[in-house]
Amino acid sequence: MDPLDLARWQFGIITVYHFLFVPITIGLSAIVAGYETAWVRTRNPVWLRLTKFFGKLFLINFALGVVTGIVQEFQFGMNWSDYSRFVGDIFGAPLAVEGLLAFFLESTFLGLWIFGWDRLSPRLHATCIWLVHLGTLFSAYFILAANSWMQHPVGYSYNPKTGRAELHDFFAVLLNKVQLATFPHVVMSAYLTAAAFVLGVSLWSMQRNEGAVKEIFRRAVRTGAALLLVAGVGVAITGDISGKIMTEVQPMKMAAAEGLYDTQTKAPFSILEWGSLNGEHHTSIIEVPGLLSFLGTGSFNGEIKGVNQLRAEYQAKYGADPGQKYYSPGNYTPMIPVTYWSFRFMIGLGLLAAAIAIAILFVTRRGRAPNSRWWTRAAIALPLLPVAANSFGWIFTEIGRQPWAVFGVMTTAQGVSPSVSAFDVWTSMILLTLLYAVLAVIEVKLLLTTIKAGLPEDAPPADDSDDLDRPLAFAY
Amino acid sequence: MELTTVWFALIAVLWIGYFTLEGFDFGVGMLLPILARDDRERRVMINTIGPVWDGNEVWLLVAGGATFAAFPEWYATLFSGFYLPLLLILLALIVRGVAFEYRAKGIEDQWRTRWDAAIVIGSFLPSLLWGVAFANILHGVPIDAHKEYTGGFFNLLNPYALLGGVTIVLLFLTHGAIYIALKTDGPIRERARELGLKVGLGAAVAAVLFLLWTQILTGNLGSAVFYVLAAAALVAGLAALLRAREGWAFIGTFACIALAVAGLFVALFPDVMPSSTSSLFDLTTSNASSTHYTLTVMTIVAVIMTPIVLAYQSWTYWVFRKRISVHHIPEERLEAPVG
Repeated sequence: MDPLDLARWQFGIITVYHFLFVPITIGLSAIVAGYETAWVRTRNPVWLRLTKFFGKLFLINFALGVVTGIVQEFQFGMNWSDYSRFVGDIFGAPLAVEGLLAFFLESTFLGLWIFGWDRLSPRLHATCIWLVHLGTLFSAYFILAANSWMQHPVGYSYNPKTGRAELHDFFAVLLNKVQLATFPHVVMSAYLTAAAFVLGVSLWSMQRNEGAVKEIFRRAVRTGAALLLVAGVGVAITGDISGKIMTEVQPMKMAAAEGLYDTQTKAPFSILEWGSLNGEHHTSIIEVPGLLSFLGTGSFNGEIKGVNQLRAEYQAKYGADPGQKYYSPGNYTPMIPVTYWSFRFMIGLGLLAAAIAIAILFVTRRGRAPNSRWWTRAAIALPLLPVAANSFGWIFTEIGRQPWAVFGVMTTAQGVSPSVSAFDVWTSMILLTLLYAVLAVIEVKLLLTTIKAGLPEDAPPADDSDDLDRPLAFAY
Repeated sequence: MELTTVWFALIAVLWIGYFTLEGFDFGVGMLLPILARDDRERRVMINTIGPVWDGNEVWLLVAGGATFAAFPEWYATLFSGFYLPLLLILLALIVRGVAFEYRAKGIEDQWRTRWDAAIVIGSFLPSLLWGVAFANILHGVPIDAHKEYTGGFFNLLNPYALLGGVTIVLLFLTHGAIYIALKTDGPIRERARELGLKVGLGAAVAAVLFLLWTQILTGNLGSAVFYVLAAAALVAGLAALLRAREGWAFIGTFACIALAVAGLFVALFPDVMPSSTSSLFDLTTSNASSTHYTLTVMTIVAVIMTPIVLAYQSWTYWVFRKRISVHHIPEERLEAPVG
């Protein structure tokens, strides 16, 4: 493989890996903050124990999310230096603002939250974790604004003298219509993911405990399931809006999502498909008539453009060959099997998680606590479903944009670092992938150990006294 | 003042923030096996930096992001050119960041010993390599007409750059030892003070040699003033340490690192990355920068946000101002062993 192939694989691997931790961090910080607020308001120790229990799990996850995020920031310069030169004027600004506005907030107040149990008043302490959550939201906003600009570049112009894209309107970038749909969609899926995590962990713990502890976990199961459903509705609505905007600004992505080769009104959506996906022949096994048109346009009769017509359109607009190496000349089609299946897995796994949540709400109603092995299995599967759905969502949205890095402006192939050798990228890909694999094993082990250890003791934190020799309430 | 100059200065400030703050937590990390006699003392050391190290590291992330936004050509040339050293830094920062959190989650000796090693390596490698990287930037590296780095990995390991790396390591060790002396009580405080003096002498020698060499290589009057002040601050800091005035000693090393880094940036200006191939290919604040519009937007954000960030980061240090000693470390451990 040459440096470009390697750089693409590396970007995919380390970005998807990073995003395994991000949604849980965003969502769980809110849930932990919610539990702590419930404790501050009611002084019911149940909420404090849940705060501490899920707080530990949150920190284990947060550690990996942060360290893998550092790589994200530098890989644009390392592997994609021509991309960085071309778009730095626009793309760098949200990244820098993310650091100033979000990373400082998250890291500083998380430090205060972890070590501040006996140094801050309960109200102030709870505020710290809310500020951490606010930081994660800022972080999501600015990084998604940068990504949305790549999906739908706005607020800039190309300067032939400097040979780069230059920013004209920062607010256009921050209020990009793709961004306005993407940000709520990603945040809602983050809440859904964390809710599924809380729900799965609590359901499993509920089955292994008796008495008061069982009752506490039943409460967490109920709150988790309820939040999952609310977030699920949010994901569906924002996903629907995203689909319509995507059809408008990147029609090829929608055509590729279905493998729709020819422009069609009342375009159907196939649940399963059989055969080659290169347009030679394909047979839909189950098909919902008009659904693709509805997803893309809001009307079952709407017109969805097909791959073939779009390809001709793009050729007329952008010339014959933006990325010859990966796509036959003039072929502006992303890899259709990947877009087709990732789109379906994204939606399907999300729906499955919501369906399980409904079932769990049903079986835990009025103080009931199911004990069958099937529910244990559901508890284990549940947190994994949205995590996988998130990954497929990103794979879909990024692969679906190919061959472009910045839609209509710069191809991915044009962005790679010219001075970086295959040896360099091999080295970094192997080392990072190995390290990430080891850390994944350790993280899972730690999560399981902490979950098995169960709820912490029922001990309210000491107040802020001046006894100098008292042990710290929390220490590493 | 030109906005490009403003941003050059702001990036200098971000690196100063990074080196002065993460400098002491790197120092504490490297000193872990040297200063602590047992696990309880190691935990004392880790807990002195526990609440703040992550916030300190963000200075690096913001420096990186700000360079991307304000000087994209610099960002692109630097990080694609210094590919392997940067990779090592990233790997080190990954294991280090995870280590603080995960070490505490296990009770088995082997589990902790391994994470301790991760903390030591994760603190040492970035200290050394940032020193090497900065020395190379000042020294100039092969850059062609397309602003591309044309050297290899071993170009970066020249004697001058290695001296830069060693200087940073020694300065951070001193800075970290003084921080431990300032933040702890009991025997470890005494040990930290003694060690700080010894390493401090070594750091002073290395720093004087390195700054002198730098001054001869790229210096101007302004940088000379900064270097002299930096050396004076270090000497004053060590003198304060000798008299057990740890607060003043810490201010001394803090000022020394800040002034030295400031001097390096003064020497660099108006270049951001000089080319050793030809001075025609130098990256400068003007040919590597973003547009005026982007710099204006960024300036507004920075002017609003920087004081807020400084305020709440300072508050953190105030909240955790008490000294820690072994009897503050609670004995109870996590219920189940991991490892």
